[in-house]
Amino acid sequence: MDLWTDSILVFLALTSLLLLGSSRLFHCIRIVAFQGILLGLLTLVAHRGALSLRPLALATAIIGLKGVAFPWLLARVLRDAEVQREVEPLVSYTVSMLIGTLMLALSLWLSQRLPLPTTPIASLLVPVALFTILAGLFVIISRRKALNQVLGYLVLENGIYTFGVGLVQGTPMVVELGVLLDVFVAVFVMGIALFHINREFDHVDADRLVVLRDWTP
Amino acid sequence: MEAGLTFVLPLLLAPLLLGVINRTKAFVAGRTGQPLLQPYHDLLKLLRKGVVYSRTATWVFRAGPIVGLAAVLIATALVPLGGAPAAVGFPGDLILVAYLLGLMRFFTVLAALDTGSSFEGMGASREVTFSALAEPTLLLGLAAVARQTGSLSLSTMYAGINLATWTHVGPALALLAGALLIVFLTENARIPIDDPTTHLELTMIHEVMVLDHSGPDLAFILYGSALKLWLLGALLVGIIVPVRTGIIWIDMVSTLAGLFVLAVVTGLIESSMARWRLIRLPQLLAGAGALAALALALILR
Amino acid sequence: MLLVLLAVALLLASACAALLTQKSYRWSTGCAVGGAVAASLLGMFPSVRILLGAPVESLRLPWSVPYGAFFVAVDALSAFFLVPIFVLSALAAVYGAEYLQTYRDRRALGPAWFFFNLLVASMVLVVIARNAVLFLVAWEVMALASFFLVTFEDEKESVRDAGWVYLVATHLGTAFLLALFILLGSTAGSPDFDQFSVAPSQAGLLFVLALVGFGAKAGFMPLHVWLPEAHPAAPSHVSALMSGVMIKTGIYGLVRTFTFLAQSAAPPPAWWGWLLCAVGLTSGIFGVLFALAQHDLKRLLAYHSVENIGIIALGLGVGLLGLSTGMPTLAALGFAGGLLHVLNHALFKGLLFLGAGAVAHAAGTREIDHLGGLLKRMPWTGLTFLIGAVAISGLPPLNGFVSELLIYLGAFHGLTAAASATAVSVLCVIGGLALIGGLAAACFTKAFGIVFLGEPRSDHAAQAHEPGLAMRLPMLLLAAGCVLIGLLAPLAVHALAPVLANVTGLSPQVVRTHVAPAGRIFPFVTAGGIGLLGVVAALAGVRSWLLSGRPVATNVTWDCGYTQPTPRMQYTASSFAQPLTDLFGILLQTRRRLVPPTGLFPRGASLATDTADVCAERLYAPVFLGIGRGLAALRWLQHGRVHLYVLYIALTLVVLLIWKLG
Repeated sequence: MDLWTDSILVFLALTSLLLLGSSRLFHCIRIVAFQGILLGLLTLVAHRGALSLRPLALATAIIGLKGVAFPWLLARVLRDAEVQREVEPLVSYTVSMLIGTLMLALSLWLSQRLPLPTTPIASLLVPVALFTILAGLFVIISRRKALNQVLGYLVLENGIYTFGVGLVQGTPMVVELGVLLDVFVAVFVMGIALFHINREFDHVDADRLVVLRDWTP
Repeated sequence: MEAGLTFVLPLLLAPLLLGVINRTKAFVAGRTGQPLLQPYHDLLKLLRKGVVYSRTATWVFRAGPIVGLAAVLIATALVPLGGAPAAVGFPGDLILVAYLLGLMRFFTVLAALDTGSSFEGMGASREVTFSALAEPTLLLGLAAVARQTGSLSLSTMYAGINLATWTHVGPALALLAGALLIVFLTENARIPIDDPTTHLELTMIHEVMVLDHSGPDLAFILYGSALKLWLLGALLVGIIVPVRTGIIWIDMVSTLAGLFVLAVVTGLIESSMARWRLIRLPQLLAGAGALAALALALILR
Repeated sequence: MLLVLLAVALLLASACAALLTQKSYRWSTGCAVGGAVAASLLGMFPSVRILLGAPVESLRLPWSVPYGAFFVAVDALSAFFLVPIFVLSALAAVYGAEYLQTYRDRRALGPAWFFFNLLVASMVLVVIARNAVLFLVAWEVMALASFFLVTFEDEKESVRDAGWVYLVATHLGTAFLLALFILLGSTAGSPDFDQFSVAPSQAGLLFVLALVGFGAKAGFMPLHVWLPEAHPAAPSHVSALMSGVMIKTGIYGLVRTFTFLAQSAAPPPAWWGWLLCAVGLTSGIFGVLFALAQHDLKRLLAYHSVENIGIIALGLGVGLLGLSTGMPTLAALGFAGGLLHVLNHALFKGLLFLGAGAVAHAAGTREIDHLGGLLKRMPWTGLTFLIGAVAISGLPPLNGFVSELLIYLGAFHGLTAAASATAVSVLCVIGGLALIGGLAAACFTKAFGIVFLGEPRSDHAAQAHEPGLAMRLPMLLLAAGCVLIGLLAPLAVHALAPVLANVTGLSPQVVRTHVAPAGRIFPFVTAGGIGLLGVVAALAGVRSWLLSGRPVATNVTWDCGYTQPTPRMQYTASSFAQPLTDLFGILLQTRRRLVPPTGLFPRGASLATDTADVCAERLYAPVFLGIGRGLAALRWLQHGRVHLYVLYIALTLVVLLIWKLG
């Protein structure tokens, strides 16, 4: 039903916007976890007409991975790294929220003009998906802590998945599972990398990794 | 029959050429000199002796003279005597002759290096340098004759050089003869390239390579170098003496006479010049190459 | 056909088995060597059968790669190249089994064997592939597998540098090949070899692309700069395989391109033959000159590979000249000589590299000036190395002479029968071949003489010992092959007829009639060879009879009365080659470092010479340094800040969206 889809999409947009303004890292993780659960629900709602084993399994996998497993892993890394907040992002929180709003407007405008091969299941789908993608990218660009960048990557993937689930009916299972596997591996690797970065450098500031380049001007 | 004679004559008469050269040099120097048949006496004397081998040497040293002599013996069967055909002839045998001489040189050089002496090493190094520079001239010269006569077998090539050819491409053949003379002097270690009578290690090329050979080995080497002298001389004289009457005996005798005249000329050259400095020898060989190339250009025109 | 594919499958399976069992060096070596030998035996049957005249076999399977198809065929040309691949890979594998034993404690041998078998399998695929995509994939696998084999001892910096040079060079060549196949495929509309045809307007460009692309792999000058770096750095059995067979795949590709160009049924323009002859002459002469100046045994052999590739190019050039002037005899003889030299070079260069490996293994050094007197300590290695040296100098009665004779015959035929323009080029070929032969003889008397003869110049050399059977047997077999082909020349020439038919586009009967005159010559050559051996035996008999009652003594070498001769007083490799290197000094640019003896009783002096590759130093190094300096101006882009990198991506995305949709 349109109401379910629309509300899920609205919540998705709100969580992305909220992420842009959060400074406490545990909160950020919980927001992204919630996004994962929302995506699982979106899968179920999208296949509401033909509810078979496949979408059910997929939704469970998404909720399990994105809603539970990844956040748990990242939280563990966070606890080991003993950081609490992103103290000074490259772009301040107020400005981030402003830019978030601008991005929302941009996605609404773009989605009107985007020629699509099939009609999406809801009119809000494309703007929300675009906005999530842009929000994820923005988080990667504007945050210092490596953990935030992992979260930004997850949000980016969420946006892409939203696009996919809303537009393409009947994708082969392999594609969806492939995407999921891709995300899984990436987060796994990033989690390990974060752990090692913290152990080696005693911080998780991606900004300070610039010293690793092998050419000094 | 004649073909067999073309093979047997060098076997019998090659050392006589050496005798003629030595006798000419003695005559010019005002001495009586060695008997004409001295090289035969030397060979027989060496064959009757025992042998001393160096402790450093291996079977390569013992094999060098044998392989060298075998190679030049096979080559003798392929080289015609002016108009008289060789014992064996086939298209492309000129390449086989050139490379058989190369095989002889290869094993002589290896035998020299086997002794572990710096003198032989010196001779070997010079030998390979100068023959590497002389070989293209030899092959280009033979290529010129091949182009002129339209054949690839030495016997047919040399049978095709008659008086008419000289009137036709005389200048080219003269240049060719000059180039082949220089190759003849180089390959046989004559002045101005090498001095066969010096025994100062620093000035020798060929003599120093065979310094450690003795007895029958040295006899094989001497005989082999006499045969090589004959072979290259026959290649040269075949061009210079264009007597091709068709009567084999006359052709053969005239070429033989030419060979002996060449031996006398060699003796005269050796008496009138000193050995050139080693640095100038590549220039001489390059000059020979240029002569051959010029001859070819004239023939191709 | 199926047997060849089975051989490939067996190679791949044994490669994986070697990798899986890498914990135990015995198992991995055993799997790999067993697989290589079995695959070679399997593969030889169809190859020889097709060479002897069986019809072409092909197989086509669909493949999911776009434009690709698993289209393989074995025709006479492929079969001819398969023979050295299988023979040499089996022998090199057996050799490597013992050679790599010394490394078993330092590193796992599994990966080395995996890449070895993978290299052999990819070479087989290159030679039988008939689809451009399959060919390029196999080519790339070959390049990568050999790269990993070259960098086997990657703890040494020189090996790493060599691997790097090799990787760059092979990929530059592959870039040209990509262009070549794209052009060929787009005009033909299909990536299959039998559909390729060439428009005359494009033919020149395609020829140059093929020459550069395949020439970089084959080692034509000036594209050869990776050869003297990579071949010495690799372990010896790999060097033998690379030098003996892998560079020949470049020749195979070039000849295969000729067949495409011949499919358009127009005679090739004369400048192709001239260009190929010129390339052959430069590679041959410069290759042997640089070889003369080297004092590292394997580097010397690597430069000789360049020289022999030059000789092969000369043969192919003469053949092309024959095709363009419409003289089938010239074409047949030239191609016959060039292709037979491919097989011969695989045999004797493989033999020489295996011998050099045995020497390095036994004496611990590749430096010629530290060796000496090894013939007494390693008699079998010395004998086989001597046979290889005689063969590579092109001396009768061995196989090198046969292939050079074919090229000479072709050139002389062109000389006597052709117009002046062609005659001039074949004259250069004759003169060049003669010079190359003389210089090669000089170089190999140096290599064999200084390494194996005389007295040992260092303690390492004095303690050398003969390698085991696994290393000796391949060398003996290869030496026997050299002798056999030398003596059985008529058969070899006869067997080449189907290959020549393939290459020149003429029918086998026509080819046979044109090669027949040459075929009549070779029995004489064989007779001469056998006569030579007979006379040698007879003279040896005569000598021993003469010496039977006489004193045969041994003594020291004549030392001119000097009381303290030492082995260091012998001629060294550099001194042996000095007259030639000085004569050609302007081309070689040898650097000398001289510390002269000083004073009345000098304590020490030293002289070191070093000849770096002129092409690498004067041509490639300035170009690459210039490119590096130019691109350094863009270094500011690599500031290392991850955020900005992602910002670039996001901005581009947004700008594109706005631009396209706005």
